[in-house]
Formats: sequence, C-alpha cells, structure tokens
Amino acid sequence: MTALERARAWVGVSDARLLLVVALGLYALFIVAAPLQGNDLNGTINSLRRITFLSALYGMLALALNLQWGYAGLFNIGVAGFMAVGVYTMGILSSAPGSTGAGLGLPLPVGILGGLLAATLVGVIASLPALRLRGDYLAIVTLAAAEIIRLTIRSPVFQEVELAGVVVGTGGPQGMQLPENPIRILFYQDPGAFASDPALLGNVLFPFFEGLGVTKTVVVGWAYAAVLLVVLGLVYWLLVRVGNSPFGRVLKAIREDELVASSLGKDTRWFKVKVFALGCALMGLAAILWRLSGGYTSSSSYMPIQTFYVFIALIIGGAGSNTGSVIGGAVFASLLFEGPLVVRRIVGNLFEIDEVPRTLFDAVGSLGGLDPAPLLAYTVTDVNISALRLVLLGVVLVYLIQNRPDGLLGHRKEVASSVDLAGGEKR
Amino acid sequence: MSAGADPGAEPEDALLAVEDLRKSFGGIHAVDGATFGVAEGSLTALIGPNGAGKSTTFNLVTGVHRPDSGRVVFDGTDITRKRTYQIASQGLVRTFQIARELDEMTVLENLMLAPRHQSGEALWRSVLPGARRGVVREERELRERAWETLEFFELDHLAEEHAGNLSGGQRKLLEMARVLMTDPEMVLLDEPMAGVNPTLSEKLLDRIHDLKAEGYTFLLVEHDMDIVMEHCDPIIVMHQGTVLTTGPPEAVKRDERVLEAYLGGEVAE
Repeated sequence: MTALERARAWVGVSDARLLLVVALGLYALFIVAAPLQGNDLNGTINSLRRITFLSALYGMLALALNLQWGYAGLFNIGVAGFMAVGVYTMGILSSAPGSTGAGLGLPLPVGILGGLLAATLVGVIASLPALRLRGDYLAIVTLAAAEIIRLTIRSPVFQEVELAGVVVGTGGPQGMQLPENPIRILFYQDPGAFASDPALLGNVLFPFFEGLGVTKTVVVGWAYAAVLLVVLGLVYWLLVRVGNSPFGRVLKAIREDELVASSLGKDTRWFKVKVFALGCALMGLAAILWRLSGGYTSSSSYMPIQTFYVFIALIIGGAGSNTGSVIGGAVFASLLFEGPLVVRRIVGNLFEIDEVPRTLFDAVGSLGGLDPAPLLAYTVTDVNISALRLVLLGVVLVYLIQNRPDGLLGHRKEVASSVDLAGGEKR
Repeated sequence: MSAGADPGAEPEDALLAVEDLRKSFGGIHAVDGATFGVAEGSLTALIGPNGAGKSTTFNLVTGVHRPDSGRVVFDGTDITRKRTYQIASQGLVRTFQIARELDEMTVLENLMLAPRHQSGEALWRSVLPGARRGVVREERELRERAWETLEFFELDHLAEEHAGNLSGGQRKLLEMARVLMTDPEMVLLDEPMAGVNPTLSEKLLDRIHDLKAEGYTFLLVEHDMDIVMEHCDPIIVMHQGTVLTTGPPEAVKRDERVLEAYLGGEVAE
C-alpha cells in the first residue's frame, strides 16, 4: 500500500475526516499563497476568514438545495429569490426606523424568525401550483418568482411605504440598511458606533491579537465566521437526520420515480411541499447570516447568477450527498470564487507593471518583446478577472458534467434509513 | 359458465369489484363498460389481445387515470375517485408492466420504502431526538422483515446493490418483493413474467402460489397462455374494452369467441 492509498483508506472511513482534510488542504493552499500576494499575518488571517465565511455560506446553501434537488429531485432555480425574501423580511422587521429602507426596529431574533417564516411561506406559495405538474414547470415558476421578487424589491414604489402610520420599505434601488452585525455586541461597548471602546470578549481578545498584528476587524470577522460554522454544523446535523430516515427514503423515491412512490401509498405531493418549504427556510437563514455580516443589502445580490453559484457548489460536491454539499460549498467558495482574486493579487505583487494595456491587442502585441507581464496585467484587471471567473465556472461545470456527473461525492451512498440496513444480516 | 348478459363474477361478494368502467382517450374507447369481480384469495388472470384495455383497467383501478364513468369497489369501499396513494394505503397495490425500480436506491432501500404507515415518514419524528428513538425501533423491525423478504426471493446477495444494476428478471423479483413489503391485501401484477427466463418465472409462480396459500389475492395480466391456463382460475377475458367472458381455464379454452378475439376481427354478438 502506498502512502497515498493509505491516506485514501484513512480518509474514506468517515465523512468527518474527509471534511477535515478538505478544510485543512484549502487553508494550507491559502497560507502558501499568502506571501506570494505580499500579505502580512493580518492579511493572511483575513483571507482565511474570508474563505471560512464563504465556505460556510455556500455549504449551507448547497445543503438546502441538496435537500430539494439532490434528495427530492425538485428543480428549484429560484434560490436567490428565497434568499432575498429572508433577508428583506428580516430587514423590515428589525432595521432601525428611519434608516434607508426603513424597518420596524423589532429585536433581531424576531426579524430572523420572521425571515425564515416568510421564506417558507413564499416557497410554499410559489411551489404549490407547480408541484402538481412535472419538474420543468417548477423550474420555470421558481426562476420567474425569484426575478419577480428581485424586481419588486428594487422598485422605487416599495422604497418607502406608509402602512397604518408606520413607514417601512426596501430602500428600492438604493438598497437597505440592516441591523448591525450582532457579533459586535460581544466585542464593543457600543456595537452600533463605528469606533467604540472594547467590552467583554473585546477586552480579552483585542490586546492579545493586536500584539500579533491582527486588527480588531479581523478578530470580529473571525468570530462571526465561527458562528457561521456552528450554524453550518447544525444545518448539516438536521439534514443528515432528515435524509437518513423513512422521510428521506420517500424523498429519494420521489426523485427516482414519483408514480412508484404513490403506488406504494405515499402522499408524494405533501412530501414535496414540506421538503420545499424546509429548503426555502434554510436558504433564507443562510442569506440572513450572509448579509448581517455587512449590515447592508441590495437587490443586486440576488441576481440569477447567485442561484447558479449554489448549483455549481452542489454539482462539484455531488447532488444527493450532504457531506458532498459541504465540500462542494468549500471548494467552490475557496477555489472558484476567491481563487481568481488571489491570482490577481499574486500577479499584481510579482510583476512590476507600470501601465496596464488598454486593449487585448496592445496586451498581445507586447508578447513580441517576450514580456508576458502586460498580458497578465491585462488579464487580471477588475473587469476581466470577474468575466474570467464566469468562464472558469463554465469550464468546470462542463468538465464535471462530462467526466464526473456525480460530483466529488455524489455516489448517493448515504443510505436513507435511521438504522444500518446491512446490520440486520451481519448482526 | 354461461356468458352473455353478465359475464363478470358477482361483484357483491368480491374483494375487488369493477362495475361498468369506461375511459376514452381522444376518440378511442380504451375501456368501454368493463364489469368484473375478483374473489378474495383467488389467483385471477386478466387476459386479452393487445389493446383490449387491460393495462388501462389497471390504471383506472389504481387511480393513475380517472375513469369517465363506472365504479371501483375494494373491500367494501368505493375507491373510484381516490388518489393512487390512498388506494395503495388501503392495501391494493400493483406492479408495473415494465419494472419501475428506484435505480439510485439500494435493493434494501427499495424494500424499506414500501411498508405502509411508517411513523418516521413524518418529518418531525425523524428529526426530534426523543421521537426518533421510536422511529429507529420501528426501522429495526422493518429491517428484519426486509431481510426475510430478500431471502424469500433469493435476492439477499444483492441487498446493498443499487437497483439500477439488477438484471431484468431480478428487477421483476424486486418489484414483487417490494409490493409484498407493503403487506397488501390484494396485488395487481402487470405481466410479471414478461422478459423473465423460464426457470425464474417458475420460481416466481411458486412464490405466488405460496403467497396465495397465505391468503393473498392476485389479479394478473399475462400474455403467456400456458402459464395462465395452468396456474390461474378464474380467467377474465377482455376484448375491445369490455369483458368478453369469465370462467375456469377449461371453459375459456373452449370458448370460440375468445379464439376469434385473439385471431382478430370483430366478435359477433
């Protein structure tokens, strides 16, 4: 047995180990990439925070989509819309009155709960008519619903609305101020203020990390990322239980052949409504945690591309596998989403470039002088790198569907039962 | 056995009674006034040439299609307008002409899916820690039954295989095993022997006879006349959407109209 095979055997034993290996691998990669970008310790730790945060976010979203699509085969391409419903409902309930996109100023837990309920409700309403029909109709309805939601939020009509003497609104095209990042309460005396004296955890952690050269913002950001990781863990736990149960078994049967499931006495429509609602609630939750970190949201965060990001994360990991969803979320967020930006910073750091070529023609022309730097510089400009990121996503998607349609982990071997089925024989 | 005015068995004392069932698709009267009954504990065959309306009748009885008119009564309950899942949960389950396996589920998962009224099919019970313990207990018992059923059908060596990897004959066996896991009162078998090699089909028939002895009721659509004549009694013959005659194999074999129907052409009234 080679070392690689031994490593594979060790990793193959449990999903937890696999997750650990992937996480450590991605961290190692970003630590190696840090000096190439010219990052100091603070910058390195911040880049690790960023991939942790995004990985947890896309892990949660992929898990929720996996429940709907991977398990029950419900083709929801309106993920962004349900995310928006969660965030904006939370904002309207809990944002401060009088801010841009005015809210009611209710306590944040009320807002979060309200956001979850609203996402659930909109999920049920959007899906009820379509769930009676074949899968394609659900796809059309959810995509349309998501766009209707985004355009409604964006509309100046709902920027500020007076209802029974209270002014609320989405902020329209200007976007909406959200309650401040709740984790700040643990670190600052006045969490709402831009600069405030430290309190509680801040008293202990700030001096220690500042001694190492890590800024307060990065410390607070890490604390928030840690909260997201915990929530990701809870969602994972929940969905593993949902999947590994008689309920999950019926979901799989619906995915494989709905007529068979109903011929065995399962009320498939009711199962579909329930699972769709639960998935939408979790999408709302993930989005709320995402936007709360910045205290601001606008309709441009809920373009259809957002939905496709989640699909790509799930396809990378393997639809049908909960562990795969989390790994797909991490790989997508770190390598495909953040990766190109890292490449840009590395190029900017390693090559001295005085003037970035204006056009591709200029950039290619300078290759004649055997100097690749201008072409590289041209490639990694802001505009081009985000376009190239989309190209990269497309290439990865085509490659996966051609060569690994089941994703990294989509072997669909997570047996839907609360007990080890083979145990009956081998006992 | 006299045919004529009332070719069906007496629907009143039958486990399944079909009365004057009709269904048209466009201009085609697929089922055109079919009336028959299936007695409890019998192994009844439903035969007829292609296009006689056998599969449509199955679909009407199991709620896959809604009949235009007529009545279906199962075990004393009118199930005419009920949904497929409601009919199945009353104990009337079916198999499909082309085996419909749940490809990306294992053989064991296929079987564990089937039992009716599983408490763990409620989302909250599967999730909440206290309630889940009851679900786990129930699953352990079902697992025992699943393994017994697999052994009965000699599929136990394939237990953890994905159903999509099974051969055609094995799929037929799995489909039958799955239907039995629902603990049904009556099973509708749509061409269970089609595409199954003779040895396996003998085995399947043995299984069916064993189960019949245990009190199960079967209604079977089959094209292999040797099998039908040897194993089934009574035999219901359908032609052009109606029931032509019903009777024991000897009577059906001698019925000239049956012969005519199979050879083609209209049947003179």
